[in-house]
Amino acid sequence: MTPESFLIITSLLKIVGILFIVILPMVSYAVYAERKVSAAIQDRLGPNRVGPAGLLQPIADMFKLLLKEDFTPRAANTFYYWLAPCLAVMPAIITIAVVPFGSTLFGVPMVIADVNVGILFVFAIASLGVYGIVIGGWASNSKYPFLGGIRSSAQMLSYELSLGLAVIPVFLLVGNLRLTSVVRYQIEHGWFIAPFIGDWTNPWKWLLTIPMIVSFIVFTIAIFAETNRLPFDLPEAEQELAGGYNTEYSSMKFSLYFLGEYAAMITGSAVIVTLFFGGWHLPGIPDGSHGWIFGLINIAVFFAKVAIIIFFFMWVRWTLPRFRYDQLMRLGWLFFFEIALVNIFVVAAIVPFIQ
Amino acid sequence: MSPFLFWIFALLTLIFGAAVVINRNPVASALSLVVSFLGLAALFMSLNAYFIGIIQVLVYAGAVMVLFLFIIMLLNLRAEEARRINWLATAGGVAVALILLGQIFSVISHLKFAQNPFPPLAGLTVDDVRNIGAVLFRNYNLPFQIVGVLVLVATVGVVLLSKREPR
Repeated sequence: MTPESFLIITSLLKIVGILFIVILPMVSYAVYAERKVSAAIQDRLGPNRVGPAGLLQPIADMFKLLLKEDFTPRAANTFYYWLAPCLAVMPAIITIAVVPFGSTLFGVPMVIADVNVGILFVFAIASLGVYGIVIGGWASNSKYPFLGGIRSSAQMLSYELSLGLAVIPVFLLVGNLRLTSVVRYQIEHGWFIAPFIGDWTNPWKWLLTIPMIVSFIVFTIAIFAETNRLPFDLPEAEQELAGGYNTEYSSMKFSLYFLGEYAAMITGSAVIVTLFFGGWHLPGIPDGSHGWIFGLINIAVFFAKVAIIIFFFMWVRWTLPRFRYDQLMRLGWLFFFEIALVNIFVVAAIVPFIQ
Repeated sequence: MSPFLFWIFALLTLIFGAAVVINRNPVASALSLVVSFLGLAALFMSLNAYFIGIIQVLVYAGAVMVLFLFIIMLLNLRAEEARRINWLATAGGVAVALILLGQIFSVISHLKFAQNPFPPLAGLTVDDVRNIGAVLFRNYNLPFQIVGVLVLVATVGVVLLSKREPR
């Protein structure tokens, strides 16, 4: 087998495996988990009728959404109205291509495309996600969806700045934009927010933890804003906008928006895990070159960490109230932007003492 | 780079570039420009210039065009009425475009490396982010800083102009 065809076959296997075995089931069960978590927080039972403990609920939901009437408003711009939900799902799924979700399995690196602009690729594709919402809001030709779309474009553009600035400290240390290099650096020097892993006797490393935690907090909050999750779900604020950009959508098109939100949440969590929580690394577990069983364990560790971050997302959603829109914009521009900027200088001052 | 992919993305860029001009609906024009940028980014990436390609997507498709759409939607521009074609102006435009095309063709056909279409690439190991950063911050640091100050001045000017006077 030539190296090229080997590369193509393994890449296809990885794409199909990660998409259909991991991401899409994770999206549908994230909806189920969200309902269960919200039920637990509000002291309810949550879905428990379909299957044992309600575990078949996502499948029932899928059939329900497929069988609903697919309605297109007469005043809508039909082509863009149909295009928008697809644009909302695609970027979230494409982003996972550069995230290393495991070490190696049978000598094949567990990342679909290890490009040298890794994190920029994530930002670039994530920034395309706004089109799905904006076009959906505009094409519906209705007041509330339009306001939701406008809000979302302003919000996502504003928080992209904090998002980009918050990760610069990480790459000041790694010296490379490749996401696999970020994971390798963390295996050698300890996770960015946990200095007790690796050479914990270096006092500068403990000092570095403070700006790293600031960086992590700003990045996570910006991810909340980018994925339109509460407390930043202004584009779909039910009480103000009657549902926001997806008000006019029904059936499978509505559920595509829904799935897009959860897919964005999963890829966002995957990026957080890769940048700050050591990716697939867990102290004491060797990488995939020591046997395929460890390769599988690495993948499981990665997705377990992602699941923990997703749980945190849901916990926040059912705990905090929503921001007012002007507060949201002021927070992004006058608070997180400056913190992220100052943070870069702090880390740059510490970096010479680390190497 | 495979010529097959080159033709796909070149055609994509050109067709949607033409659609920007031909479309009468401003939103459709803006979206065509986005697709055209994406095709251009793919062409850059297929030449192993990942950094330039991804910046193309990040800055133009992801930020500038979103602002364009934002403004177009806020102004609620309607599709332009079909206008009568001014044949003299059209002929002039076509002539200028053809002359420019002829000039580009004559310059490129005399270049040495243009004799070899689809030349082998430098290889995947080139770290273009590092190279661009090194050139920008070592050789052209002063011009880079001056451009930064210029952009800052422009930003402050825009904020000042759009600020409402307190009553």
